[in-house]
Amino acid sequence: MAEIRFAGYGGQGIIKSGIIAGKAASIYDNKFSTMSQSFGPEARGGACSSQLVVSESKVLYPYVTKSDVLVAMSQEGYNKFESELSEEGILLIDEDLVKHKPPRGKIKIYSIPTTRFAEQLGRKIVSNVVMLGFFTAVTNIVSYEAMKKALPGSVPEKALDLNMKAFEKGYEYGKQKVKIK
Amino acid sequence: MKTDPKGVLVGSHYLSGNHACAEGALSAGCRFLSVYPIMPALEVSERFLARAKEVGATFIQMEDEISTLAAVLGASWTGKKSMTVTSGPGLSLMMENLGLGVMLETPCVIVDIQSVGPGLGLPNRPSQGDMMQARWGSHGDYEIIALAPSSPQEMFDFTIKAFNLSEHYRVPVAVMSDEYVAHLKEKVVIPPANKIEIEPRRYYEGPKDSYLPFKRDEDLVPRMVDIGEGYKFHVTGLTHDDRGYPIMNEECQEYNVHPLVWKIRNYVDNIIEVQEVHVEDAEVIIISYGATSRAALKAMEQARNSGIKVGSLKLDTVWPFPEKRVAELAKKVKAFAVPEMNFGQIVLEVERCSYGNANVFFVHHGEKGVENTDNILSAVKQAAQQNSVKDGIIECE
Repeated sequence: MAEIRFAGYGGQGIIKSGIIAGKAASIYDNKFSTMSQSFGPEARGGACSSQLVVSESKVLYPYVTKSDVLVAMSQEGYNKFESELSEEGILLIDEDLVKHKPPRGKIKIYSIPTTRFAEQLGRKIVSNVVMLGFFTAVTNIVSYEAMKKALPGSVPEKALDLNMKAFEKGYEYGKQKVKIK
Repeated sequence: MKTDPKGVLVGSHYLSGNHACAEGALSAGCRFLSVYPIMPALEVSERFLARAKEVGATFIQMEDEISTLAAVLGASWTGKKSMTVTSGPGLSLMMENLGLGVMLETPCVIVDIQSVGPGLGLPNRPSQGDMMQARWGSHGDYEIIALAPSSPQEMFDFTIKAFNLSEHYRVPVAVMSDEYVAHLKEKVVIPPANKIEIEPRRYYEGPKDSYLPFKRDEDLVPRMVDIGEGYKFHVTGLTHDDRGYPIMNEECQEYNVHPLVWKIRNYVDNIIEVQEVHVEDAEVIIISYGATSRAALKAMEQARNSGIKVGSLKLDTVWPFPEKRVAELAKKVKAFAVPEMNFGQIVLEVERCSYGNANVFFVHHGEKGVENTDNILSAVKQAAQQNSVKDGIIECE
């Protein structure tokens, strides 16, 4: 079982990231996944997070208690949820937006300039999908194929190509990072 | 979104509880949704509305929740399966017409996405604070059916079940969900239309001019027609005879209103559904419903791992309350632990139905919802150590 926390601010697609990864895991990887999200004013501008539990068997309890993966897309998100990350966990950050402390225990840190990459691709809004590609390459929790299948229908049809490119960009960058480590 | 001719969105989908509820309603044949917008229930309308045109359904936003339920009752009498969806503040306003729906024996479904009250409270947090209101909120004596889903899949399944029960017993049926389940996203498997069990409306089939709208069948449920089809028809919230005309005496009350209670009570065994896990050898049983049962099952697992024999009784049907089963189990176990996201509602029923045979521990699951299981686990441990039965409900922190 893997407990994943996506954190950032409202508008970055933090909730959407949870939905796409959750859908990929449960519909296309045939695992079980449960996604819950912060709901309310905080989801519209302020700090925002979504929680995803992916498991080989039915998810009884859907809240993250000790996260295996923290995806931090904002400093506030990192500050708020860093302590929740397991000592063997994986931390993924947007390196332009998050400054991290020296890692606790055996925490592995992988950083990527998602927002910068997204801007290079043409639209900042796909930074979360760049991160999803990176997440897929680094964590192996959800398969590459499943994620690619989950994107159509989850993003606006006219932006599908851009999202696919964004995903590939993050995925390739992640594969390199993993090789180096 | 591609659906089959009956409007069923066949396949596996990743849906929130609210969206699954809308799909359940459409699959059950619901073609009329009336709402007054309220969070955290809004996404049900959103989804229904997105699909309404394709399946030929009607969506209407009324001026408040009083008229919302009135519209649902009216639409139901024209032959449309009808539903409304709301949260606590809206449910309060619906209470008057809920009683009317019971009195007029009108099939309909009321979905309550419970949030924290009283008043407007916290519309963005889950609660189970409306459970007693669903049972007793309208005046006078009556019976109601209420179901409590714990996942998006159950939001889909129980919404269909709610329509079936409401058609069969001709009573408004409540789906008592909460903000937590409403916004949780999980895989929902929607079977093809021919695999979904649908209870058809129980229509009158005799000659037009001898139709009596409140003449009861053997099982105490009267037959319906669609109004506007040329049948003689009259309804009133007053005590009425078979024709639906007001008759102001005790005999008529007994003849035509008491069956509102008996048509449900006589069939509780057919209505009530529960899910039991590990009850055979259990010393302590956690009784839960809705979102809380997710935490209950985890606490059960944790307790079993530490050697305590714990079982789980999940109430799919909350009203009518499964009193027979709880009474049976009370004789076999040391205690029940009842976690609820309120200050103790269904636990009162558990205590009543235990008849002093088992301890009853109440676990207050506050506004943080099911975010941790520690309090259930500690209640279970306490319960397993208690060897004598104490009076009343034992409160746990």
